Amino acid sequence: MKFIRKEFDKVKHHFEKGGKWEKYFYAYEALDTFAFSPNTVNGEKGAQIRDAVDLKRLMMTVIIAMVPCLLFGIWNVGHQHFIAIGDASASFGDQIWIGIIKVMPIVIVTYAVGLGVEFIFATVRRHPVNEGFLVTGMLIPLIMPPDIPLWQVALATIFAVIIGKEAFGGTGMNVLNVALTARAFLYFAYPSDISGEVWTYFGDASPVAGFSGATPLSIGASSLTSGHNVVSSLNAFGAGWADGMYSFTNLFMGVMPGSIGETSVLMCLIGAVILIATGVGSWKIILSVFAGAYFMALGLNMIGVNEFMLMPAHYHLVIGGLAFGAVFMATDPVTASQTETGKWIYGFLIGVLTIIIRVFNPAYPEGVMLAILLMNVFAPLIDYYVVGANKKRRLKRATV
Amino acid sequence: MGKFIRIKKGFNINLAGKAAPKVTPIEHSDTFAVKPPDFQGMYIPKVLVKEGDVVKAGTPLFHDKRHTNVIHVAPVSGEIVEVKRGEKRKLLEIRILADKQVDHKPFKKYSTSEIAKLGAEEAKELMLEAGVWPNIVQRPFGFIADPETKPKAIHISAFDTHPLAPDYSVLFKGEDVYFQAGLDILKKLTTGSVHLNLHTTSEISSAFSQASGVELNKFSGPHPAGCVGVQIHHLDPINKGDIVWTVNPFGVIQIGKLFLNGIYDASRIIALVGSEVKEPQYYKTYTGASIKSLIEGKLTNDHVRVISGNVLTGTRVANDGYVGFFDSYVTVIPEGDYYEFMGWIAPSVNKLSFHRAFGLMSFLASGKEFKVDSNTHGEPRAFVQTGVFERVVPMDILPTYLLKSILAEDIDEMEELGIYEVIEEDLALCEFVDVSKHNVQKILRDGIELLQNS
Repeated sequence: MKFIRKEFDKVKHHFEKGGKWEKYFYAYEALDTFAFSPNTVNGEKGAQIRDAVDLKRLMMTVIIAMVPCLLFGIWNVGHQHFIAIGDASASFGDQIWIGIIKVMPIVIVTYAVGLGVEFIFATVRRHPVNEGFLVTGMLIPLIMPPDIPLWQVALATIFAVIIGKEAFGGTGMNVLNVALTARAFLYFAYPSDISGEVWTYFGDASPVAGFSGATPLSIGASSLTSGHNVVSSLNAFGAGWADGMYSFTNLFMGVMPGSIGETSVLMCLIGAVILIATGVGSWKIILSVFAGAYFMALGLNMIGVNEFMLMPAHYHLVIGGLAFGAVFMATDPVTASQTETGKWIYGFLIGVLTIIIRVFNPAYPEGVMLAILLMNVFAPLIDYYVVGANKKRRLKRATV
Repeated sequence: MGKFIRIKKGFNINLAGKAAPKVTPIEHSDTFAVKPPDFQGMYIPKVLVKEGDVVKAGTPLFHDKRHTNVIHVAPVSGEIVEVKRGEKRKLLEIRILADKQVDHKPFKKYSTSEIAKLGAEEAKELMLEAGVWPNIVQRPFGFIADPETKPKAIHISAFDTHPLAPDYSVLFKGEDVYFQAGLDILKKLTTGSVHLNLHTTSEISSAFSQASGVELNKFSGPHPAGCVGVQIHHLDPINKGDIVWTVNPFGVIQIGKLFLNGIYDASRIIALVGSEVKEPQYYKTYTGASIKSLIEGKLTNDHVRVISGNVLTGTRVANDGYVGFFDSYVTVIPEGDYYEFMGWIAPSVNKLSFHRAFGLMSFLASGKEFKVDSNTHGEPRAFVQTGVFERVVPMDILPTYLLKSILAEDIDEMEELGIYEVIEEDLALCEFVDVSKHNVQKILRDGIELLQNS
């Protein structure tokens, strides 16, 4: 380690003020502080000791929480591929391999492009490279369909980092969740590549007889016109080539087509446990998103004018990306509500809005993405009233 | 009747190097100093002595140009050896080479019964003249109290929850009479009551438990329960326009000694603590003692940071520096100017953290004493993580919003969010736990100055 440190120290002066590569100081600093936590000490006055935590460690904890989703996603992409082409003989290794060759390029492209943009901005705008993208760079692949063209991934990442984040001043200043901005960009810019039959990778093979790319959400939405019971449609789905694909248990386990990392509620919950146990993610938000969705769905059950509204409330919790959104997207501390009371309201409304968008606006079957983005925008308003209540208590105390 | 208040939020920083209950006197043929920067909000100090002057303990050294009657006096007798100034001739220190035997300037003496009959104005006059007044700190803002004001209450925190804080029953042993006399004097200066705030779990010195004529309040819970600002918030919060005074127990005793003995008595016990001290213990010396006299030959190594006060709110002092006016302990910790390979992710049980993020396992080791150095453990960033400050500030205050309003220089917002209720020590834990490494205490002081100068 001493050797690496020596090499850093050897070139460091070139990047410092007056050095020949002065411009690239922040790019150098990012690499240096990544390899070694810096030797900076606290000031003369005030706190002389600091907590061992820093933003890098915090972000890393979130990435670790996403690892179950990623690993499951890699296997599932391969598994779904062989189900869809009707090849039951594929080994676990084959499934993983297909998953790796589909998923890893997306991850690599996201990180390469995103970090590239970050470094360019850091150099031009003269600010430190922020750790926020470490998490964003993992979130983006997990919410992409496995068959997404890589150039679209790159374009979406660039758009999200520049317009979603850097335009506002970088991590900590952004209004919208960066990863969801990328997804929303693709959703509206290239709708044909991110909806319909994109959730399974076929390769050169052709689909098995009877194959259907319908998602649970689109089955729900189609019940509005067909008038079929949603649960029986879900249970009947996959007959002949993938029996019980959309049974409740399997919806929870997530062995089904979908975005790379968000199909499995179980894996999301493992992530939630990690985030909550480490105190990095707000349990208030996670819990209230699920609660909001459940109560809204329950309310719709009671009104029940069509089949989608009659779908049992607990099904809403396991279909689509609700679990992934609740655990990894809604908890982004920068774009969520920042007061503790506000977090309850923020999460609950995300749940409620998700169900409303799903059920009443079947043009956008995936409600959670839009619900979170919408609540990102409203989070400051929620906080405004929570902070206002604090001010009022203080004022009241003074006048009594 | 006093109140009982249970503080739930907060964090006890458990450091290695607590002082053993042993008091050793220090030989006094050494220099002492009074440092004007110790006093918040001092306008311009006007120096009343020059190098070479001979002073007694209690001789005026300087006063604030704005409050000319608030006089700061010499803690010991001796010769003025240096009037140290910094940039723009800012007065930094007045150093006194102490006599072997301290010679006190005589002031008027009172008996206990005379104190009872004494008027407020007369008491105030003597306190100002004899230099004990700077012990009284005003809230809001933490300035030295303005003698022209009358506070709505006076608060005394009789325990210290800061890391490695000394045991008050050692510091103030046998000072019961003086403490009571000091309380009797302070009672005359307020329209409200004098609050003496005790801790439920720590050993309580008889000086405090026997005190009469005051409201005895009890607090339980972790740091910052001992911060007087937190106590005021729960007992009788400060609103815009209110003035509250705070005095630490040493100040109360010093006031008592002035009236009973007729001297400015700066003798005090100072603890030398921290992981880099061979045998942490207490020393008997005077206010403004030189660091050299305290640490010479008592440290395990010389790559250290010497702090006057505690590790959360203290000031780093040079080895030829002096202990601050309000500080009754000196903490010595390792200097943290080292690189650590992959330090941002390496798991460790030896790194103290309030958090439980990946690899930070100090929360598993309850009761363990940590050796913490002065490394920042990360770089400054924008605010990202939320809800952390709220867990270490046991007040109905939103620290993040308050700090942001200061950064935005929005004075109305600062007032509405409660800047009158806090000074640095109340939010010091935020600075410790902050993931984004903000200088919380500096931001707060800048806000207070902005408010003052607007």
